[in-house]
Amino acid sequence: MTLEIVLFILFASICAVSAVLMITRPNPVLSALFLVLNFCSLAGLYLILNAQFIAVAQIIVYAGAIMVFFLFVIMLLNPEKEKRFFEHNTKIRIFIVAIVALILVQIVYIIFLSSPSEVITREAARSVETGTVENIGREMFTNYVLPFEAAGYLLLAATIGALVIAKKKFE
Amino acid sequence: MQIPIEYYLILSAFMFTVGIVGVLTRRNAIVVFMCIELMLNSANLTLITYSSYLGDVAGQLFVFFVMSVAAAEAAVGLAIIIAIYRNKLTVNIDEINILKW
Repeated sequence: MTLEIVLFILFASICAVSAVLMITRPNPVLSALFLVLNFCSLAGLYLILNAQFIAVAQIIVYAGAIMVFFLFVIMLLNPEKEKRFFEHNTKIRIFIVAIVALILVQIVYIIFLSSPSEVITREAARSVETGTVENIGREMFTNYVLPFEAAGYLLLAATIGALVIAKKKFE
Repeated sequence: MQIPIEYYLILSAFMFTVGIVGVLTRRNAIVVFMCIELMLNSANLTLITYSSYLGDVAGQLFVFFVMSVAAAEAAVGLAIIIAIYRNKLTVNIDEINILKW
């Protein structure tokens, strides 16, 4: 077993377990903290995949900015206790289990049907070169400069929209 | 020996399904939002996996844009939740039904 495989198993299991814990905790603050753990282990997986820039952005933007924002709103609103899964009525529970099983089976079936590992083999050197900040920056400000500007406008619009919606009086 | 690409894809599929379960079962609007973030991240993992295995930078750029859209979505969504809470004093999506006929 190489270090890569050991790290993959470690991060993947943290990722899966924290995702399950996140949706099962009744307390929204605990859910948010498990989601932060999930995002951090995802950043570890991105590092194994040689996507250094995205791994750092994941920690700063997702685990840092967005989740602090979520925690802030949870603390602000102090939501009441909610109905748990086993307290729903039986019809809804059967529907949820059926639709989820259908989707999971479908995705896994398609993954094994197409068996991408027979077609795609990873070249380590090329993969390391792809994820560097230099390479991503060069692509972003040449071929992808229009989407980049659009993302800037989107964030500006979202900021103004959030201010307008959360404002106290609509005059 | 390298990790087969299927492992990453199955992990991503599992996370996506967990996100769907969360959206369908949780009744707190903020937690439903967090489950949507989980689903976005599972899609990001697939994009990064293919980007790394194919040596193509487009997937990672797409993830960057997904992150900025997710940030915008979280800002507007939480603003809507705050506005609803101010009017109805609840974030339980069973009780927020003003668009239901």
